[in-house]
Amino acid sequence: MAVRQQALEDNKSAAGTPLLDVRDLRVYYNTVSGVSRAVDGVDLSVRRGEILGIAGESGSGKSTLTTALLRLTKPPGFIAGGSIIFHSRDGELVDLMKVSEAQMRSYRWRNLSYLPQGSMNSLNPVMRISDQFEDVIRAHSDRSTQEIRDIVPELLRQVGLEPHVAKMYPHELSGGMKQRVIIAMAVALNSDLVVADEPTTALDVHIQRVVIQTLGALRDNFGMTVILVTHDMAVHAELADRVAVMYAGSIVEVGDVRQIFKDPKHPYTKGLIGSIPRIGGERRRLSGIQGNTPSPTNWPSGCRFHPRCPYVMDVCPREVPRLLPIRDGQARQKPLVACHLYTEVQAESGGRDGGQ
Amino acid sequence: MADSENRIEVSHVTHEFHGAALRATGGKLVAVNDVSFSLTDSPPQIVNLVGQSGSGKSTLARIILGLQKPTRGSVTFNGKDVYRLGGRDKEEYLRSVQPVFQDPYGIFNPFYKVDRVLWKAIKKFHLAKGRSDGLEVIERSLRAVDLRPEDVLGRYPHQLSGGQRQRVMLARVHMLQPRFIIADEPVSMLDAAVRVLFLNILIDFRDKYGMTTLFITHDLSTSYYVGGDIMVMHKGGIVESGKVDDVLVNPEHPYTRMLLSSVPVPDPDARWKDRAQVVLAEEEEELVVDKPDIEAPNP
Repeated sequence: MAVRQQALEDNKSAAGTPLLDVRDLRVYYNTVSGVSRAVDGVDLSVRRGEILGIAGESGSGKSTLTTALLRLTKPPGFIAGGSIIFHSRDGELVDLMKVSEAQMRSYRWRNLSYLPQGSMNSLNPVMRISDQFEDVIRAHSDRSTQEIRDIVPELLRQVGLEPHVAKMYPHELSGGMKQRVIIAMAVALNSDLVVADEPTTALDVHIQRVVIQTLGALRDNFGMTVILVTHDMAVHAELADRVAVMYAGSIVEVGDVRQIFKDPKHPYTKGLIGSIPRIGGERRRLSGIQGNTPSPTNWPSGCRFHPRCPYVMDVCPREVPRLLPIRDGQARQKPLVACHLYTEVQAESGGRDGGQ
Repeated sequence: MADSENRIEVSHVTHEFHGAALRATGGKLVAVNDVSFSLTDSPPQIVNLVGQSGSGKSTLARIILGLQKPTRGSVTFNGKDVYRLGGRDKEEYLRSVQPVFQDPYGIFNPFYKVDRVLWKAIKKFHLAKGRSDGLEVIERSLRAVDLRPEDVLGRYPHQLSGGQRQRVMLARVHMLQPRFIIADEPVSMLDAAVRVLFLNILIDFRDKYGMTTLFITHDLSTSYYVGGDIMVMHKGGIVESGKVDDVLVNPEHPYTRMLLSSVPVPDPDARWKDRAQVVLAEEEEELVVDKPDIEAPNP
């Protein structure tokens, strides 16, 4: 356990240093109606010890992005370009796009864990929970069977489950309990990063709360980094430190969670935040966002949001806006926004700050 | 039809499921337990039915729609038992009470164009004479739910988004002009931005056409948004009911409080204070948590 403790301390002291740098990531699918560019030019930085939320409507490419982060994209999907630089704990830089499949496998679980959508269905129905722990831990670390048996009850306790769960089969557990078993596996291997794809969808409200709190505890108690992908903005408000908003295959805004909710910059983010009903207070009509999500086989030209944007200008259909920092009085971290409304301001502040 | 009151009366409805799979609970499961309430279209209203999955909400919806005969109790439409309607009364009931279901993907036959769902309704209920007249009715209804006919007609279900499909179902409702809509989790599979568009249409249907909606949801914030009355269902029974503004702001039953406190608030300044400690409670147990601070609505 001493080694483990040391690792946890290391995690905490490394908080804030870069963990993943995603540059111009493109993931396409070959379909009968042409190439579907589901993820098309994503730039994203993840820091150690943060909970980074990725928000966006269905079809915006969130799930495609998360599978690509661990190179789990399956045909007809393929990674069309870009780089994912992983900063390992000892300061090494690895481009996950360039390593061999065998090397990549060694990074999974040990460094990068993935909770797929509906991950409770990824447990083997005919194996006891303890045996599944053994499988995963043995494949990705050099611990002995006895060692593994000893730590399983402790792992379960850390995600709020009773030790006797180890002897149970998946069908004896509720959806939320299964979800937490998977989270415990990520804890077991002390992954640097946990990518959770819609971890609360399809769970009942109070079980949702337990899962949200478990993910929060992963970071608070173990210093893990979490990428939280969900369309449910309330979950982001509850858990995330920063939020990246995805629209039509790319990131349109990244900012501190408070800035995203209190002072959204991109017109799409404004529409999204403005469509969330709240309990209590004055009841007023919300406007939603008119129009439909564009098709990934045929994105609109220029800014992909321009056909639905209430602030559309002449330049919008012509030029693709870049994701750039904008000047924002209060925020410590400047929000990054990809919108022509801010292009001039960005050029100005970019010039003064030497490009930041 | 609109000048006289229409009324659905649910009285002492109980529904039990039996089967070998339920051996653990004594061979039966009481999905709905002695539920009584009524829905009326004068004045038109939205009545929310909320609860967790397994609380019996959907079973109750199916019973009201005439799809599942209850074990005990009765459902009447304007005084007549809906499970004993014949001929014209049956047709009248089917037209006056329309469903909107949860899954916008499951409702369409993937082999047919979406137009078919609308034409079927026209034929069954004789809404138009001839093809051009029918097309006019369809286009008018599609526009009423903010869909452009050219975006929808002639397409197959897989070519439409979930929000578009759910609105095609609303267009069908608009065509039939029912007195009641039984909407079972209609927005739970829709994105936030599309969700409010759907809810706005339901509110408009109430205000413009005087339709009453039984709005079934597990999402309390959407209930607050549409307003009206609310019934909280737990383990087959209704544990609390009243005005949305009272029940959701000053909940009395512990179950309602538990539901409310489990919903994350879309505001980073209103996070749960006990986040760091993982809740160790068994999941079957009811969590006893403090009531969240909620601002009272302006009257």
